[in-house]
Amino acid sequence: MKWVDEYRDPAAIHHVAAEIRATATRPWTLMEVCGGQTHAILAHGLDALLGTDVSLLHGPGCPVCVTPLATLDRALALALRSEVTLCSFGDMLRVPGSAGDLFGARARGGDVRIVYSPLDAARLAERLPGRQVVFLAVGFETTAPAVAAAARFARQRGLPNFSLLVSHVRVPPALEAILSDPETRVQAFLAAGHVCTVMGTAEYEPIAARHGVPVVATGFEPLDILEGVLRALRQLEAGEARVEIQYARAVRPEGNPHARALLAEVFEVVDRPWRGIGTLPRSGLALHGDYAALDAERRFADALPAAAAEPAACRAGEVLRGALRPDRCPAFGRDCTPERPLGAPMVSAEGACAAYFQYRPAASGEAPGPEAP
Amino acid sequence: MSHETAPGARLAALACPLPVEGDRVTLAHGAGAGASARLFEERVHAHLANPALDRRHDGALLDLGPGRVAISTDTFVVDPPEFPGGDLGSLAVHGTVNDLAMCGASPRALTCGLVLEEGLPLAALDRIVASLGRAARTVGVPVVTGDTKVVERGKGDGVFINTTGVGVAPPGRDVGPHRVRPGDVLLLSGPIAEHGVAVLSVREGIGLEGELASDSAPLHELVSGLFAAVRDVHCLRDPTRGGVGAAVCEIASTSGTRIVLDESAIPVREPVRAACELLGLDPLFLACEGRCLVFVPEAEAEAALHALAARPEGRGAARVGRVEAGAGRVVLETAIGGSRVLVLPPGEPLPRIC
Repeated sequence: MKWVDEYRDPAAIHHVAAEIRATATRPWTLMEVCGGQTHAILAHGLDALLGTDVSLLHGPGCPVCVTPLATLDRALALALRSEVTLCSFGDMLRVPGSAGDLFGARARGGDVRIVYSPLDAARLAERLPGRQVVFLAVGFETTAPAVAAAARFARQRGLPNFSLLVSHVRVPPALEAILSDPETRVQAFLAAGHVCTVMGTAEYEPIAARHGVPVVATGFEPLDILEGVLRALRQLEAGEARVEIQYARAVRPEGNPHARALLAEVFEVVDRPWRGIGTLPRSGLALHGDYAALDAERRFADALPAAAAEPAACRAGEVLRGALRPDRCPAFGRDCTPERPLGAPMVSAEGACAAYFQYRPAASGEAPGPEAP
Repeated sequence: MSHETAPGARLAALACPLPVEGDRVTLAHGAGAGASARLFEERVHAHLANPALDRRHDGALLDLGPGRVAISTDTFVVDPPEFPGGDLGSLAVHGTVNDLAMCGASPRALTCGLVLEEGLPLAALDRIVASLGRAARTVGVPVVTGDTKVVERGKGDGVFINTTGVGVAPPGRDVGPHRVRPGDVLLLSGPIAEHGVAVLSVREGIGLEGELASDSAPLHELVSGLFAAVRDVHCLRDPTRGGVGAAVCEIASTSGTRIVLDESAIPVREPVRAACELLGLDPLFLACEGRCLVFVPEAEAEAALHALAARPEGRGAARVGRVEAGAGRVVLETAIGGSRVLVLPPGEPLPRIC
C-alpha cells in the first residue's frame, strides 16, 4: 500500500536502527508524545531495535485517556436522558466513568451512537429534529478542526438541537508540565506528527529553547519513528536543542492555516483538567463567542453531575507523565484489564496500558517483548 | 412445521379479519391466521419450494444413508441486513453450510427460522428470503422446514434468521481442534477480513468507498476437494466473528499447542488493508464468511495447498503458520522480524478517534 509499505520496509528499518545504535554514545531517554506512536512502537517491537543506550518513555498523547472523569460522567448522564442522542468516537465507549461506560448506558436504553466524523453527528441532528444530538468532542489539536467544522455547519444551518460536550486539549502545555517536573527523565520529545500537521511547529520553539530539549515532529509508521529517534539522538549527542520536522510529508512549520483559522473562530484557549494529571493552564479549548450557544454544558447545565473522585488503585496519571511503565503498575493485567479497566489508558486504542496488554502480556510466559533479530 | 398453514392455500384465500398494512410486516402476520398463511406462501415458501417443504408438515424426515450425522446451528443478526457482496439471506445459508463443512460433513438439509420485526418492509423480506432461496439452490441443499414469528416493533432489529444444518460425514472422518498437534502446518484459503470490512463500510456514518465486498461463499466443495486430495486433514475452521485471530487463539487454547503465525504471509487485499489502516482496525480480528483455516501434517501441506488453490473459493490460498509444542498460545511473527503474543481484543473492534 502506497504511503504505508515504504515506511514498514524491514531493510530500511534495520538500517536506521543500526544507525541509532551507532550514534548513541551514552544513555538517553526520549518520550514519544502520541499514543498512536506508542502503539506502533509496541506492535512492531521497535524499542528492541534501539540498543541499550536509548530508552523510550510513553507520553500523554492519548486523548481518550486524558479526558477528565467529570466529562465522561456528564456524557453518561446525557446519554441516559430520553431526549438525547449522544454521538462519540468509537474508542470512548469502553472508557470507565464513575458508574460504568457508554456501552453500559446504551444497554440501559441510552441512545449512544458511534460516528466517524463530528460532521456526521451534526447531519444526524438535521435528520432527527425531535432529538437533542450531543457530540462528545474529545481529542487534541488533531481532531479539534473537524469539531470546529461541525460547529460551523450547525451554526450556518441554525440547528437548534445540536450541541458539543467539549474536552479538547492542547499538546504544548502538557510537554511544558512534564519538563517542569523536577524528577522528569525526558531529554527529547518525538512530537505528534498529526498535531503538528494542524498547528505547525512554532509553539514548540520556546519549549525546546527554555528546557534545552530537542523536539522532533514525528510520524507514526515504524520508519518515521526510528528516523525521529535518530534525529533527536543526533541533536542530543551534538548538544543541540532544536525543533525539527521528520514528518515532512505532512507537516509544515506554519501548520495548516485553514484549520488554524477555523480553530480560532470556534474555540478559545482555557485552563483544563487532564485526567490523572490535574489542571494545566491554557491547555484546553472551549467554545467561544457565538459558538458558546452550542455548549452542551450550558444547554444541560441543570442535569449534569459534579466531578467525582478517581479510583485510587489507578495510577494512570503516572503512566501519562512517563513516570510509570504500564506493566510495572501493580494493577496491570490483574485488577485492570481491557475487559475490566480501572482507567482509560487500558481501553483506549492509543492508551499505553492497552498497548502493553495487547503486545506484551505480562503473564504470557513468552519472552517479554519482541525477539530482536 | 410451525407455520400453521395446514391447508395453506385455502386459508390464504380467506379474507384477513385484521387490518393489514399493505407493504409492511404487521403483528397480524404472526398471529397464525390468514395473514400468516399468506406471508408464508407468498414471501417464504415461494422462494424456498422443494418436495420436503411442499408437504407442509410439522417437520421433515430425511434419509441420510451411512456415515455420521453432523448438525450445526447459527443465528444471523447482521446490521445492516444487506451489504456489499451479500445479505442476511445468503449469509444464513453459507454460514451454516460452512459450519457443517468444517466438521468434514457434506450438507444435506437446512431449516430456516425467521424472526421479523413489525414494520419490516415486505419488499425487504422478499429480497432476503429470495436470496436465501437462491443460495440454498446454488449449494444444492433444500430448506426442509422452518418457522416464522413476528415481534412487536422495537423488540427486534428488522429480521433475524436462524438456520440449522444437517450433514453427513463419511465413517472414520475425524476433524477438529483435538487433532491439532505440533508439526502441523496452517493454511488459509484466501484473503481475510473482507466480510468485516464490507459490513463496516455501510454502517451509518462511515461511508467507505472502494472495492469492498463480503467474501460470503459456501465452502463445502472446497472442503470436499481438499479431502479428495489429502488423506489426513486434522482441523478446519471458518474464521467468522473475531476473524483469523480469534479462531487461531481458540484452537491453540483447545488443542494446548503454540501456533506461530507469519504476519507477512497472511493475505489481505489492498482495499481491505487500506480501510483497516484508515479505521485503526486489525484485519486479523475482522470476520471472514468464505474462508477457512486448514491444519494438516507437514507431509500433506503442499497437496492441501494445491487442492485449495485449484478452486475459485481457494484463490489466494497460502501457508500462514505452523504448530509447535507449547501452552495454548498464538505468536505472531511480524513483518519486520520481531514476534509477539497475539491477544484477543476485549470485544467488538471499535473505530478509533484519530
